[in-house]
Amino acid sequence: MKFFPLVWTSLWRKKARTIFTLLSIIVAFLLFGLLQGVNAWLSAFGADSHANRLYVVSRVSEISPLPGAYLKQIERVPGIRQVTYIGGIPGYYQEKSNNILAMASDVKTLFAIYPEWQVRPEQLEAISHTRDGAIVGVPLMRAFGWKVGDRIPLRTSVMKQNGSADWNFEIVGTYDIPGSPSLANRLIVNYTYFDEARRLERGTAWAFVVAVDDPSRSAQICAAVDALFVNSPSETTTQDEKAYFLGQLRQLGDVGLMTNAIVAAVLFTLLFLTGNTMMQSVRERTPELAILKTVGFSDRSVTVLVLIESLLLCGLAASAGLAGAAAVFPFAAALGVAGSALPLKVVVEGLTIAVVLAIASGLPPAWRAQRLVIVDALAGR
Amino acid sequence: MPSVVSLKGVVKRYTRGKQRVQVLHALDLEIQEGEFLALMGPSGSGKTTLLNLIGGIDRADDGDLVVAGERISALKSRELAHWRARHVGFVFQFYNLMPLLTAEQNVELPLLMTNLSRAQRNNNVQAALDLVGLADRASHKPAELSGGQQQRVAIARALVADPDLLVCDEPTGDLDREMAEQILDLLQMVNREQGKTIIMVTHDSKAAARATRQLHLDKGRLIDAETSVAA
Ligand SMILES: Nc1ncnc2c1ncn2[C@@H]1O[C@H](COP(=O)(O)OP(=O)(O)OP(=O)(O)O)[C@@H](O)[C@H]1O
Ligand SMILES: [Mg+2]
Repeated sequence: MKFFPLVWTSLWRKKARTIFTLLSIIVAFLLFGLLQGVNAWLSAFGADSHANRLYVVSRVSEISPLPGAYLKQIERVPGIRQVTYIGGIPGYYQEKSNNILAMASDVKTLFAIYPEWQVRPEQLEAISHTRDGAIVGVPLMRAFGWKVGDRIPLRTSVMKQNGSADWNFEIVGTYDIPGSPSLANRLIVNYTYFDEARRLERGTAWAFVVAVDDPSRSAQICAAVDALFVNSPSETTTQDEKAYFLGQLRQLGDVGLMTNAIVAAVLFTLLFLTGNTMMQSVRERTPELAILKTVGFSDRSVTVLVLIESLLLCGLAASAGLAGAAAVFPFAAALGVAGSALPLKVVVEGLTIAVVLAIASGLPPAWRAQRLVIVDALAGR
Repeated sequence: MPSVVSLKGVVKRYTRGKQRVQVLHALDLEIQEGEFLALMGPSGSGKTTLLNLIGGIDRADDGDLVVAGERISALKSRELAHWRARHVGFVFQFYNLMPLLTAEQNVELPLLMTNLSRAQRNNNVQAALDLVGLADRASHKPAELSGGQQQRVAIARALVADPDLLVCDEPTGDLDREMAEQILDLLQMVNREQGKTIIMVTHDSKAAARATRQLHLDKGRLIDAETSVAA
């Protein structure tokens, strides 16, 4: 620690340059934190998925509707406990940016298949008596200041019998997903009401969700379901929850590869930037380093000083950047883009990269400092 | 009296391109403890080179150097650095202070390589600054000090680790007469009252007159050493 003033003052020798370098590193690590945070969340996505849930979608495309009548046939497949359909009304509330999906289903069965979705029994009871009722995710309630009993108008892309695409639901209850609160971002509404009220694609569903008794038999059950509809006009693809979600994510492109490429490019650029800063700073200090050696600093201690300086520069800035990412991350989470907190793993990775960066950019100047010949440096040679 | 510096057959050459220039020719030199030696000679005669060899910041190509009881020609670079920290103080013409550090931080530098506690280091730093009369400028940066004051900080830095030997390369070369006299007073006081051995390169015969002995170097050879009576 007695070397601190020495290192600290060297670091601030050229204030503007140091601040510029610090800012670049901070921004790079902010970006790193956010991208890798989303990435980590995506790859952990489905880790807590329930192996006993299967999803039946159209083989052609996930959004092609399937006949609602499939429900009865799927129910009869041995090993299947419960099935329900899922339909959806994509729309928005008041402003286009307030995207909301009203998910139509057999609500009681749905909550039975998703036991981690918590709803009060009397509210679940209430929706079966309220045709146009909705059970709303707690984050949505909070975001829009809704109360149970409110009527929620949605502008949607789904036309009703009367030609209007404005839907209206009465909030009869709320639900919460304790492990991943941000996923409770929907209105859950009665399929029967939805299906009777809409004009097009009546009697169809986007998908069926299935609960099986024995997850170890999922693969066979998937195959059995798909076999039912083989050679029909609407063939199906059945997958367990994890495979299904990962498949959906893959539609966004290989997010992991993309973010990794961006992060790698940024860090690579950063290496040259910090390396150059350190090199310039050491070059300017040639006479001073010679003095340190003259008064008894060994070649090695001078090397270490330069490396510490580099570590301080990268470490401080990376910490600030990662702290920034950790601070911003919950907002991303609120948008449903990511988990609720920046994973610790990302912070640890970030700091490790910062250390590697510091050493990689500090080594050439440190090497220069170590080889510096006192009398030449003093004589300005 | 024991020798603080004992050189035998010291040779120093430089290669400039393909040319080899011999700067010091089989040089012999004995300096006793407590001497204040003035080293004079024309520009390019090798004074700085000789001083750097004695101070252990440069290496001889041949010959034997025993300084402050150590055969420094045999030390490894790391050992030599450690030896310098304990046995030699350097004073240069252009002070060579660290511009961003305060006076006391500059003076403390040689102590950072020792095992002294913070309190001990502070003590020694204060004592050294007191000695050179700059206790009240401890927290000033070099740019906030005059040339003479900067040189006194440099002398405090050279003395702080209580070395056996002070090597000064034209310590008054950049100062006006008055400042130069003050620095010479200080060096003389350090020599007399603390018994430090001092080797001082100078072009100035008035400065040299303060020394207890004068030596002349010409084209890499020492010519008849004359002893002067210090004023
Ligand atoms: N690193 C080096 N490479 C090549 N030649 C050098 C080197 N260092 C010194 N010399 C040469 O050695 C000779 C002696 O140099 P030195 O600096 O010791 O002279 P000096 O007596 O101190 O001169 P001055 O009074 O000008 O300071 C000069 O001719 C100089 O050019
Ligand atoms: Mg010289």
